[in-house]
Amino acid sequence: MTTDTAAGSSAADVVAGLPESPAVWCSALRKRYGRQTAVDDVSFSVARGEVLGLLGPNGAGKTSVIKMLLGLVRPDAGEVMLLGRRSSDPRSRSAVGYLPELFRYQPWLTAAEVLDLHVRLARVPVAAEEQRECLALVGLADRAGDRVGGFSKGMQQRLGLAVALVARPQLVVLDEPTSALDPLGRVDVRDLVLSLKSRGVAVLLNSHLIGEVERVCDRVVILDKGRVAASGTLAELLGQREVRLRLADVDGSAEDRLRGAGALTRSGDWFTVQLAADDDGVTVPDLVRDLVGLGVRVHAVEPVRISLEERLLAVLRHEEPAS
Amino acid sequence: MTALTIARLTLREAARRRVVRALLVLTVVLLALSAWGFSKLVGLDTELGTMTSGEARLVASLLLNLVMFGMSLIAALGTAFLAGPTVAGEVESGQALAILARPVRRSAVLFGKWLGLVAFGCGYVAVAGLAQILVVRITVGYWPPSPVTGLALLAAETIVLLTLALLLSSVISTMASGIVAVGLFGATWVAGVVGGIGGALGNEGVERVGTVSRVILPTDGLWRGAMNAFQDPIALIQMGPGEGGFPFLSEAPLAPAYLAWAAVWIAMIWGLTALSFQRRDI
Repeated sequence: MTTDTAAGSSAADVVAGLPESPAVWCSALRKRYGRQTAVDDVSFSVARGEVLGLLGPNGAGKTSVIKMLLGLVRPDAGEVMLLGRRSSDPRSRSAVGYLPELFRYQPWLTAAEVLDLHVRLARVPVAAEEQRECLALVGLADRAGDRVGGFSKGMQQRLGLAVALVARPQLVVLDEPTSALDPLGRVDVRDLVLSLKSRGVAVLLNSHLIGEVERVCDRVVILDKGRVAASGTLAELLGQREVRLRLADVDGSAEDRLRGAGALTRSGDWFTVQLAADDDGVTVPDLVRDLVGLGVRVHAVEPVRISLEERLLAVLRHEEPAS
Repeated sequence: MTALTIARLTLREAARRRVVRALLVLTVVLLALSAWGFSKLVGLDTELGTMTSGEARLVASLLLNLVMFGMSLIAALGTAFLAGPTVAGEVESGQALAILARPVRRSAVLFGKWLGLVAFGCGYVAVAGLAQILVVRITVGYWPPSPVTGLALLAAETIVLLTLALLLSSVISTMASGIVAVGLFGATWVAGVVGGIGGALGNEGVERVGTVSRVILPTDGLWRGAMNAFQDPIALIQMGPGEGGFPFLSEAPLAPAYLAWAAVWIAMIWGLTALSFQRRDI
């Protein structure tokens, strides 16, 4: 690699040899609207093939963050890279599919024409047959030739999903993808996200439906008042477990033993012990053995799994430190 | 590539929206009315038998310019109200989100929209204008001295106005942009007439009103150039000096410098629009 041409190709070799860049990488994003700070120092990344859930209350800045990632809103500060390219380069969006929160498509076009338009704009050669399959995937196969103007909100959102998926994306950004869908449609979206994940497509999912996020996401970023309040894998966020015990004849030494196992809360004869995240599975049996030894009558022992919803509420109410 | 895709989309939108049907109906009504009027003119001619060929040419020139003014008004209204919803409307409705999240440059999208509107406006002016010229030819046998130049200048006037409407629509709301564009178009025309009257009266101050307005918004200047191309050269002599204030005759063809200014004006306004669209949060 001493000649000029070899040197030229070696730069490409170096880039090609790099570990695959994340699907999304953003650092210190900030955006103000007048006096209102919408987004403040937000950084996160989405690995290739990973499903990341963006959670937070209304006005937390989720949609603003998504729009900054896609170059629709100019950040006041911060950097964004999509699929290895700076977001200032339109080509960074070549393999990105996007379903906006405000989904509206040209009402004078048919569903098939909308998909064809987006395929052209994405400059990806997708055959008409494949475009039809995409419409079928979202349940609009028999409405391909109908004008979008006559579609219900739910159908328009389904069309929006098809638009996001049609140009063979490597990253799909879904902003409230089920807001207008019935329960059946929500299940469809969940299956779609899981099938994207199985094909190695990265997904950034913003949804109010925490159950949905919990089912499909590998990692979660919780935004509150424009800042990252907590983030981590589901295991990290939900790793904390509890055990609930119904006990009688509890004296001081028994309570001390309970406290020794973890933070203790009591409500009548129900005792809740928070277990350490790295609990190796012997804490609870040892605790029960010791309690019986101390003369406590054990009526019930129930493991409690903390849901993402409880964790989210705790973070937003500042009841626990962010991880 | 992106620009062509968007231009095609804009033309398809124009074809499928009511504005085109309304435009078509208005044009047909105008053509029919003018055909009727011109045929009456011929009747008048034979009835009175006193109209010299020169007078007939003067009247035909005047009427052709009058009808062409109506046509340019329709073209202006049509394109302004088509251009209005393109940027502001699509941003407000959310249609712009999905499009601009594609690997496209905003300037390319804007250029595509402009190109589509230009094609639509010019196509309309060419077809409707030619139809009008043919109506005059059939009814009174008058053929303007340079119809192609005239129609080209009318098309240029339409381009000026739609470029302005596009700028306004990237800054203010949908409805407002259409109304402001058409309002400015009308105001410039009136200022042109006022300037003409000033010229006829030899009042330089009043004359300057027309000159300045023609520089600020070149629609009226181009329109006067178009009139000059449509009217019979004898008409002005017939009308006599001192009648320069008359709104439907033009004294002189357009100076190349003015045409160059119109081109610069369009490029400048387009650049401003692109700049404002580039910086806009969607």
